[in-house]
Amino acid sequence: MNALLWLVPIALIMGLCGLIAFFWSMRSGQFEDPQGDASRILHSEDKPIIDE
Amino acid sequence: MGVVEPIRGEKIGCPSGLQDTPISHIDPRGRDIDLSDYVVRPDRDTHVLELIIQGAHCSGCLNKIERGVSELPSVSRARMNLSTLRFKVIWHGDELTANDIVNKLADLGFGAAPFTVSEAQSQSEKEARFLLRAIAVAGFAAMNVMILSISVWSGGTEMKESTHTLFHWISALIALPTVFYSGRPFFSSAWTALKNKQTNMDVPISLALILACSLSLYETIMANPDTYFDAAVMLLFLLLIGRYLDARLRLRTGDAARRLAALQVTSATRILADGKIETVPAAAISPGDKLLIPAGQRIPVDCRILKGQSDIDVQIATGETDPLFCTVGDVIYSGTTNLSSPLTVEAIATYSDSFLAEITSLVELGDQKKSRFVRIADNAARAYVPVVHTISLLTFIGWFWISGDLRTAALNAIAVLIITCPCALGLAVPAVQIVAAGRLFKQGVLIRSGDALERLAKTKSVIFDKTGTLTTGKFALLNKDAINPSDLSVAASLAKHSNHPIARALHPYAENMDIDGIQEISGQGLMGDTKGETLKFGSATFVGKTDMAQTQGVSWLKVGDKTPVPFEFADQVREDAAETVKALSQQGLALSLLSGDTPVIAKNIANSLGIKEWRGGVAPKDKMNVIQRQNSQSLFPLMVGDGINDAPALASANASASLATASDISRSASDIILQGDKLSGLPFAIDKARKAHKRVVENLGLAILYNMLAIPLAIFGFVNPLIAALAMSGSSLIVTLNALRMTRS
Repeated sequence: MNALLWLVPIALIMGLCGLIAFFWSMRSGQFEDPQGDASRILHSEDKPIIDE
Repeated sequence: MGVVEPIRGEKIGCPSGLQDTPISHIDPRGRDIDLSDYVVRPDRDTHVLELIIQGAHCSGCLNKIERGVSELPSVSRARMNLSTLRFKVIWHGDELTANDIVNKLADLGFGAAPFTVSEAQSQSEKEARFLLRAIAVAGFAAMNVMILSISVWSGGTEMKESTHTLFHWISALIALPTVFYSGRPFFSSAWTALKNKQTNMDVPISLALILACSLSLYETIMANPDTYFDAAVMLLFLLLIGRYLDARLRLRTGDAARRLAALQVTSATRILADGKIETVPAAAISPGDKLLIPAGQRIPVDCRILKGQSDIDVQIATGETDPLFCTVGDVIYSGTTNLSSPLTVEAIATYSDSFLAEITSLVELGDQKKSRFVRIADNAARAYVPVVHTISLLTFIGWFWISGDLRTAALNAIAVLIITCPCALGLAVPAVQIVAAGRLFKQGVLIRSGDALERLAKTKSVIFDKTGTLTTGKFALLNKDAINPSDLSVAASLAKHSNHPIARALHPYAENMDIDGIQEISGQGLMGDTKGETLKFGSATFVGKTDMAQTQGVSWLKVGDKTPVPFEFADQVREDAAETVKALSQQGLALSLLSGDTPVIAKNIANSLGIKEWRGGVAPKDKMNVIQRQNSQSLFPLMVGDGINDAPALASANASASLATASDISRSASDIILQGDKLSGLPFAIDKARKAHKRVVENLGLAILYNMLAIPLAIFGFVNPLIAALAMSGSSLIVTLNALRMTRS
């Protein structure tokens, strides 16, 4: 039974982390314009992958 | 009449060249007017400007605009939303002004108008955002409470009282704040309905949630084994999904009116008594003011021509692409465009009484009427709510009378409420609509609002616009083979310098040829010189062919003293128009044609396509009247149109469709948009809408069947939390699966 004392809080904290991550992504506007974001990625600046 | 520059200020912003309206037709709105009022300054150094972009439609446009504006000095952020066409720019310092940004956009080939969000619009955006957050919270809670509940159920008698009470307390700590937070949309809607002495779907939902939570809390405190926290939270989660799907589809209804507002000219040039000119906001013009309207600009208010003559693009008013020649004394309407030469005019109406403002208010009116449409789910709820509540009350009274135990009576009455909670109504209908919308999207048909499908399924009559809908709206050269190639290239090289729709039909044949002194004479034609010869291209009288009556659609080319050559042009019927008309009449729909064009042309097109009813010379308001008559006769008309002149009719029709190439305004006033310039999606959409309607009715039937099985169980006290959870998710699953059956062809 003692296992419950730390397993239940861990489960809740993990769930909360997911919830907070979702709120953060909403706040930063990731759900505002899916159409625009999808096409913006096609036009991003070409930069060298490795800095010379 | 003046010398026309070789290439007019016309610019196509879109790199793919698919922009439907070149910027010169939109006019560089607000270029001369002070835009600083629209700039928000969160701190001394930072400036924020929000604009709505005209003419952008693809990722190429997005990239061009963002990159172009970012290049301006001191701009720290330039971001456009491709779904809403809003553009937000943030910059620092005072060296840049709002007008610099609008001018930069005009140089890039896009129009921009200052943008203010209406109260209602920002309200519904906030609502959709809140619903998404509420779903996340309810989802988190549902998962965690379910884990705890499953252990309690499977623990059975092995689990000690202290353990399940602990689990119930944890569940309560998760579930109660969740219901308080995520349940608000239902509670407030139910409260509003009750205050107005009405019921809606949210009344039983709220009641079930509140009673289930308070009973479970009581059970937890008394350390009893049965709680309904899991059922309450899951119910909330499922219903919120339905609610969110609905809100997202509904978010777009205000679009039409907003885009129209952005089309209005914001500034005008006023001529003062002493002959000087000044730039004034269009809203400040009063009747009697003298105005100067340069070529290429939109008319700000309704006015009468005092001096000059010009071709006016009246597409906005009549839907016809052929410009109208106007001269002194003629009345021109706001929103139309002056094409060829400057005009001096006298305003005859204020900005808000003018034609465009009138259309805007008609569209708004139509939108409001549409929003009063009672959806199937609400209709069902009206019949359902009183029955369920009576049964629940009777259960309570019955059990109390038989057993004399208040707790048992309350438990069973609440079980009835929970098990009858209209999940099937709240989830099944939006699920069917989303699936049907997805199916249609694959076939190039876009559904713009949730109840559009319900309205489309009822359609009994289809009304078509002519130009741009049944026809392509572009002139094509008919007698190309009969014309000498050198004559064709001469005519095309002249036509290259004009924006007239007939001239544009010749643009593809243009070659590099030296022509001097090109002039465009309004209402007549083009002239120029080459190798000492005078070239004339235009009407019969213009080339001196007086022996022929003026025939519509025929232009003449005269080189030097040679005999004039006729060029025949016509607006062409769309390839799939006949096939679509046939398919629609096979679906048992009455078809008719309403055109702003002359009755003769309307009749010819109607006859050639097999449409029995037709009317020509119809004004935008008359179209709307016809629609309203059909609305009141319960014919549930479907309006198919493309022009801005169709917008009021589109907005007031029971259902409406437009093509993807139609004007922004008609697209946003429409319920369905046909992609790929094809009409053939229309019969397909109607078929799918009818099938979706059938599926919705089926789902309602399943919901009734489920209730008939579950309610007796609940009344007689056989329902415990486990059965409630299973029954509820089971019924939701069945209706959702039934909705998904539509994905198969």
